Amino acid sequence: MSTENKPDQEDLVHIGPEMAVAEADVHPDEAGTFVHGTSLWRDAWRRLLKNKLAVLGLVVVVVVTLGSIIGPTVIKGVFGFTPDYIPTHNINATRSLPPFTGPGGEFTWTHPMGTDNAGRDQFARVLQGGQISLFVGILSTLVSLLIGVTYGAVSGYLGGRVDNVMMRIVDVLYSLPYVIVVIVLLSMFRSQTPRGQLILLFIALGSVSWLTMARIVRGQVLSLKNQEFVLAARATGVSTTRIIFRHLIPNTLGPVIVYATLTIPQIMLTEAFLSFLGFGVQAPLASWGSLASDGIQNIAIFPWQLIFPGMTMALTLFSLNFLGDGLRDALDPQMRTV
Amino acid sequence: MLRFIVRRILITIPTILVVISITWVLIKLAPGNFYSGEKQLPPAIEKSIREKYGLDKPWYEQYGKTMWGIVRLDFGTSLRYQGQSVNTIIRRSLPVSAAIGILAYILALIVGVIAGSIAALKQNSRYDYISMALAMLGISIPNFVLGPILVLIFSLTLYWLPPSRWEGFPSRNLVLPVLTLSAIYMAYIARLTRAGMLEVLRSDYIRTARAKGLSERDVVIRHALRGGLMPVVSYTGPALAFLLTGTVVVERIFALPGLGNYFIQASLNRDEPLIIGIVAFIAITLLLMNLLVDIAYAYLDPRVRYQ
Repeated sequence: MSTENKPDQEDLVHIGPEMAVAEADVHPDEAGTFVHGTSLWRDAWRRLLKNKLAVLGLVVVVVVTLGSIIGPTVIKGVFGFTPDYIPTHNINATRSLPPFTGPGGEFTWTHPMGTDNAGRDQFARVLQGGQISLFVGILSTLVSLLIGVTYGAVSGYLGGRVDNVMMRIVDVLYSLPYVIVVIVLLSMFRSQTPRGQLILLFIALGSVSWLTMARIVRGQVLSLKNQEFVLAARATGVSTTRIIFRHLIPNTLGPVIVYATLTIPQIMLTEAFLSFLGFGVQAPLASWGSLASDGIQNIAIFPWQLIFPGMTMALTLFSLNFLGDGLRDALDPQMRTV
Repeated sequence: MLRFIVRRILITIPTILVVISITWVLIKLAPGNFYSGEKQLPPAIEKSIREKYGLDKPWYEQYGKTMWGIVRLDFGTSLRYQGQSVNTIIRRSLPVSAAIGILAYILALIVGVIAGSIAALKQNSRYDYISMALAMLGISIPNFVLGPILVLIFSLTLYWLPPSRWEGFPSRNLVLPVLTLSAIYMAYIARLTRAGMLEVLRSDYIRTARAKGLSERDVVIRHALRGGLMPVVSYTGPALAFLLTGTVVVERIFALPGLGNYFIQASLNRDEPLIIGIVAFIAITLLLMNLLVDIAYAYLDPRVRYQ
């Protein structure tokens, strides 16, 4: 999409790793003196701002995130109910109300997305569901980052037979029907508490989604490890662990950030898929997937109960994907994989 | 080439065993048992159940028995569907999943390759932007949202197509499930084709082909597509895996009695032989398909063989 922003070849010159050797071994107090170290990020930011779709994506992601975090509190302040509030009087009249409709069929701002089967405000539920969906997406991505970056960097740097074995393992794991295994895991160890199930979900999602990250980081490290700054570090007696974590990994940050941005929507989609099937988030917690799953029961009569959570989710994923694509073009114009 | 195939097979067999073993271990490690319900069973009954299903034997004997069954492709008897062997259930449900899966993949391949090629050939044109925006939409809309929305539009509002149920292979009931399932692959394949074609179109051999006076059609069809579709070929393996997980949701939405639906039921019911049977079947199918894709890839791209 964003190929209209032709990468400035001059900008790439700044990505030279030679400054990283200086940055990595500098005392934190002195770090501020290396002003030129920020130019890569400033350039990337400038390029990102030129990409209208990516900026739009960023805005939507920020709005949805903020809305999910503070929305339920604001609604409580304005209308006085929480996402879990089930009206105690006039129960039947408040169930499954259409958008912007009050119990008597009159126009109202109270329920802009209508109410659900139990009479709860759908808007507040969607915002609260966003908390869980985004939280699962981000935290599981962090888990996959931790595993993937370490694995890929170690494999790439050590090279030789170790690398061969480690990458064979990744190849093998790649071809596994992992969602099937995750479903078995989640259904067999089904936790009694919603919180326990959520933790299980993080572990399951994080531990299966690090493979591509490992491959990307390994590729980066392979091309970095023969450069002079690594040789210099090795010559001055820096340990292997320190070379990997302080010299190599910081230099892979660009692609890692890009891919992490693209991993979040994938994990959110998998979470929604699992919650939709009833293996993920448990009531009273809700995510967009479980809200959609509730909504599909009444699709013929009350379609908004599916459409609002589903479309909010689609919009967020759409924006995250555009943002990720834009970041990729901005940070590394040469990395053009899908 | 032969060495390459033999090496691939040597990797595939242990992988299948690993998948099945992981599933087996997960089931055995999980707290509770398939017979432990809400009420406590009398010890005598529990003992006879354990004896009947061989649970009183040491773990290695149980594992060996399961594995020996899988080697002979005999997955045992379902615990919930009384008197039905897992093989019978798989044989009955496989055609359903295979029908929608294969149709969805063919549809995705045709639409995706055409849309992606046009987008690449007319880069930065209106076609490019529209097809890539649609592709992004396809990647972002979860299939469990797309499916019900299609039902809402085409079945419940326009009354054009039936909303659910399985009525044999060539039937109008398949249209909506296949569309729902193929959307995301269509999108991925379009993006992959576009990226692959863009890269190839800039390469020297395309310039040579043009320079020697080939028509644009010959350049695209005989030279560019062959190289540009390599990413699509290598995506076939992962696509098959995703197709399987996709069918799980689609079968659930459209109430189709396929493998995925049985697998979900089995997981919810803790029907252990059925879970292991379906996982084993899926793992074997998937990895064999991957093997074929790898071989095809090595055949198409000689560089792969000598790595």
